[in-house]
Amino acid sequence: MSNAPSRAATVEFRHVTKRYDERAKGNPAAVNDLSIEVPAGRICVLVGPSGCGKTTSLKMVNRLIEPTSGQIVIDGVDASTREVTELRRGIGYVIQQVGLFPHQTIGQNVATVPRLLGWPKARQRERAEELLATVGLEPARYRDRYPSQLSGGERQRVGVARALAADPPIMLMDEPFGAVDPIVRERLQNEFLRLQEELAKTILFVTHDIDEAIKMGDLVAVMQVGGTLAQFGTPAEILASPASEFVARFVGADRGLKRLSLSRVRDLPLQPLITARPGEDCALARQRALADPFPYLLLVDDRSRPIGWIRDADIPATGTLTEALAVPMSPLLNRRTTLKDALSMLLDADVQAGIVVDRAGAVVGLVTVDMIADRMRDTAGENRFGPLEPDAQEDDAAPTGEGPDGPVDTLAPPEPVEA
Amino acid sequence: MRWEWVARNTGQLAEATLDHVALTAVAVAIGFALSFLLSVLIHRRRGLGGPITGIAGVLYTIPSLALFAFLVPFTGLTFLSAQIGLVSYTLLILIRNIVAGLNGVPADVREAADGMGYGRTRRFVSVELPLALPLIVAGLRIATVTTIGLVMVATVIGQGGLGNVMVRGFSFRNDTAVYTGAVLIVVLAIVVDLLLAGLGRLVTPWARTRGG
Repeated sequence: MSNAPSRAATVEFRHVTKRYDERAKGNPAAVNDLSIEVPAGRICVLVGPSGCGKTTSLKMVNRLIEPTSGQIVIDGVDASTREVTELRRGIGYVIQQVGLFPHQTIGQNVATVPRLLGWPKARQRERAEELLATVGLEPARYRDRYPSQLSGGERQRVGVARALAADPPIMLMDEPFGAVDPIVRERLQNEFLRLQEELAKTILFVTHDIDEAIKMGDLVAVMQVGGTLAQFGTPAEILASPASEFVARFVGADRGLKRLSLSRVRDLPLQPLITARPGEDCALARQRALADPFPYLLLVDDRSRPIGWIRDADIPATGTLTEALAVPMSPLLNRRTTLKDALSMLLDADVQAGIVVDRAGAVVGLVTVDMIADRMRDTAGENRFGPLEPDAQEDDAAPTGEGPDGPVDTLAPPEPVEA
Repeated sequence: MRWEWVARNTGQLAEATLDHVALTAVAVAIGFALSFLLSVLIHRRRGLGGPITGIAGVLYTIPSLALFAFLVPFTGLTFLSAQIGLVSYTLLILIRNIVAGLNGVPADVREAADGMGYGRTRRFVSVELPLALPLIVAGLRIATVTTIGLVMVATVIGQGGLGNVMVRGFSFRNDTAVYTGAVLIVVLAIVVDLLLAGLGRLVTPWARTRGG
């Protein structure tokens, strides 16, 4: 069964309102007339400050909370018409505190929903092991442990495995990575996104962290106190054109930079560069290097992995190239590095260009600070709210998605880091 | 200390010990059953917690001698009188511990259970109850050891188990009987407590592995 294609379902909120106390004076709503539609197989992040009703909205999907009015429709069926335990067994649920059962082993925890569904014992066990492996926990090592013997990050993984156990079409995740330290959180986020590429579940994800929302969401619903929807759109849309002052403030003054985190190095046309290997003839190498406008030559090893830069002018007139001529390199980037991280690495290393390498570490090209800056200008949208970033002030921005024109010949040379 | 007295009366001492154990076991079993039902009621309807523990608390404060004396006009010098008294004293301890155990189930565990589609009864039996076990067993140990002591007091209505051995020892100025009865009660309490502690560990394997 586990290899059966994952189904996903659409989840639709239709004018959903939740009031906790019907008779209370003023009758404030926790969620107020929320209407959004999450297409099958997408991650929709509900984000907003505390008290905005994001968790309440999430819990109305598996009916831990019943709406006061409105409907939640899953694949065309009103959730309120379904038997509640049966509905919940078909929806994966991950919460911040994880909520593993302390009295059960990890294997038993993961097999919870299959057990509730009455699967045969052997199949429960098999499924639990398969899922532990999926979330990166070696089954033989973890299966028979108790939750108290695991670290926070490991418990979170078990929580995700448990939610996936019966292969539910929908997952609800309430700040699932909120209780672990930033390094572990980043790793769990990345692993989960990779996992989702295969699983393609419909996921509703709650967070108060706008950066997490932008990173995880195909769609982002920004909510504000009083339970109203402030904006619903893709991360790029929300960053480029916040719908209100509230959204603009919530996404932060650095949304130009945040937008960079939506693009990756692979989205840029890389700048080619001249490489040479130790032992090559200096005169020939010099000739090739001077023919290229970029004033540096990259020395690489026999598998094209970078060793260091040599300034064109420093290439001896005779003899052969040696590693001693090379100076320390720029930061190494890969195609998956976000432009925000790339820019940060270049600024940290105080250089103009970073070397892009493939999985094997072989050089594939260069990314420069100017290329990233161009990209930022190109994707700048309207800025109706909040202070404008200097880079985004140009209104004649090129249409989004078009690459920079790559002014190769005017590039400043990389400034190698002083050792 | 006259050992030959002990040797001569082994049969009687064994019988008194068995009586003691029986009185204790019956009282704790009935007390536990009652407390469990009342605790489940409190767990389901929080409002009942105050009244029920209030009544159990009042029962608990009645001095044991007075309670047995009070019961005699109604139920006589019987096993029943002894049990009414003994059971009454277990209630407060057991209810408090069972309720604390059930309330101590972490909210996130309960929420996860609900979210994954546990029904109410199933959640109670397979999640909340197991997690409450350590506190329930702790309550059972205190209640049992307390009852072993109280059974001795039930001697005043002729149901005392090892208490009778001691009281007779006092009346006949037989120090050996007094000491033997006292030592047997203490040994009984310790042995039973250790047995229950062992049982507790056996049924809560997860609690042994913390940080392992």
